[in-house]
Amino acid sequence: MRPSDRKYTREHEWVLEEGDEVTVGITDYASEELGDIVYLDLPEEGATVTAGESLGSIETVKAVEEIYAPVSGEISEVNAELTDAPEKVNDSPFDDGWLVKIKEASDFVELMSSDEYDGMVNG
Amino acid sequence: MNQLRSTPLTDWHRAHGGKMVEFAGYDMPIRYTDGVIVEHKAVREACGIFDVSHMGELEVRGAEARTNVDRLVTNDVSMLEVGQVLYAAMCNPEGGIVDDVLVYCLGEERFMIVCNASNHAKVAAWVEQNLDGDASLHDVTADTALFAVQGPKALDALREWDRTSAHSGTLDALEYYRCAFLDLGGVDVLVSRTGYTGEKGYELYLPTDAGKNLWTELLAAGEAHGLRPIGLGARDTLRLEAGYSLYGQELADDVSPYEAGIGWTVRLKAGDFVGREVLAAQKADGPPRRTVALRLEGRNIPRQHAKVFRGDDVVGEITSGSFSPILECGIGLARIDAAAAGATLAVDVRGKPVEAERVKLPFVPSRVKD
Repeated sequence: MRPSDRKYTREHEWVLEEGDEVTVGITDYASEELGDIVYLDLPEEGATVTAGESLGSIETVKAVEEIYAPVSGEISEVNAELTDAPEKVNDSPFDDGWLVKIKEASDFVELMSSDEYDGMVNG
Repeated sequence: MNQLRSTPLTDWHRAHGGKMVEFAGYDMPIRYTDGVIVEHKAVREACGIFDVSHMGELEVRGAEARTNVDRLVTNDVSMLEVGQVLYAAMCNPEGGIVDDVLVYCLGEERFMIVCNASNHAKVAAWVEQNLDGDASLHDVTADTALFAVQGPKALDALREWDRTSAHSGTLDALEYYRCAFLDLGGVDVLVSRTGYTGEKGYELYLPTDAGKNLWTELLAAGEAHGLRPIGLGARDTLRLEAGYSLYGQELADDVSPYEAGIGWTVRLKAGDFVGREVLAAQKADGPPRRTVALRLEGRNIPRQHAKVFRGDDVVGEITSGSFSPILECGIGLARIDAAAAGATLAVDVRGKPVEAERVKLPFVPSRVKD
């Protein structure tokens, strides 16, 4: 069961809204598809990001994959734990493996409920 | 889109958590559920079994088989003894690499060329077109399954198998780059002390129809020694740590063995072979490009095709790059202008040049002869 307190994107990210701040991560499905994550290239605090555009990249042993911003806004926090322990994204994609927080969030990309997302990845 | 080819284990891989990908037209497991790093370390610390049945096996038979094969590869086949294996490059007349192959001397008039799956059709056509005199080509790929059992515990795993119990003396005595036909409980298997991991290991050539039974039996027998299935992902990271070349990356039709870093396979004094003239000139003048091994600090991972710089000048590119699960840093091979071979180099990582340390191969010490 994927958490129903948050929304999901077609690019396999999750978005958890708290006021005008959102927390962004990747789903268990994305984490499983990617395999062992060894590096995350994430923006710095204070950087502005645009919905639908690149937020950074995820590197696995063999590949580099783009992460897309689900929303426009300003990066308010980056998960510093991931610098030394990027595997947390594999081990705990919905909790300890969150990527960034974005404040003054606006202009969301199309989002799905957990049920809709389940349907997409299982279908 | 053509239908993907399968090996006798394709269904098994899928049923056992294999994440399947298309590789050289085959449906192959890139990894299983625990992932590349766990699989990689299992081979370095214990042992693993790889289904590499997609590799091509081409036999050349006849009174003139030896002279034909010798003329087709850069290394010296003339002295190869029955039961001996040789790594060689097969070149075109321009000195570029058609493929890198293993040559098995299976009998005085019977040789086997093992080629990359991605080059199978090209190599078969090239060999066929170049055979001369009493020598014929027999493509036995479809009839042959191939497993690699690799790691410090590989021999222990094999010895645990009841089919090998009558042959433990032969197995123990099998030296690096030697092979032997063994009757494994009624199944004729060619066991070869070769591999692509930098660890002690064996490769087993067996009839396709016995593939699934022997795989499941051997895996069960070897479990006590940590034997587990390994996908193509870890096969690639293991070979890179071992400093082995891969066709399509280090090796290509327009790259010579000297440029690719496998110049040691070229025996200019051992008779004529296709590409010899160009390679002799290149040896005399020095190759225009060289392949170097680079190590980057921390989480800077060189990726294939990343630019390599000397100062502000682009002097080449990464041919293979990965995170090294053992060294826990980025490692890579780069093909660069020969003139830059002695210089301090940097690699483009995520858009920025990162200084690279020049290292000697292998990245991780070889234990093939342990």
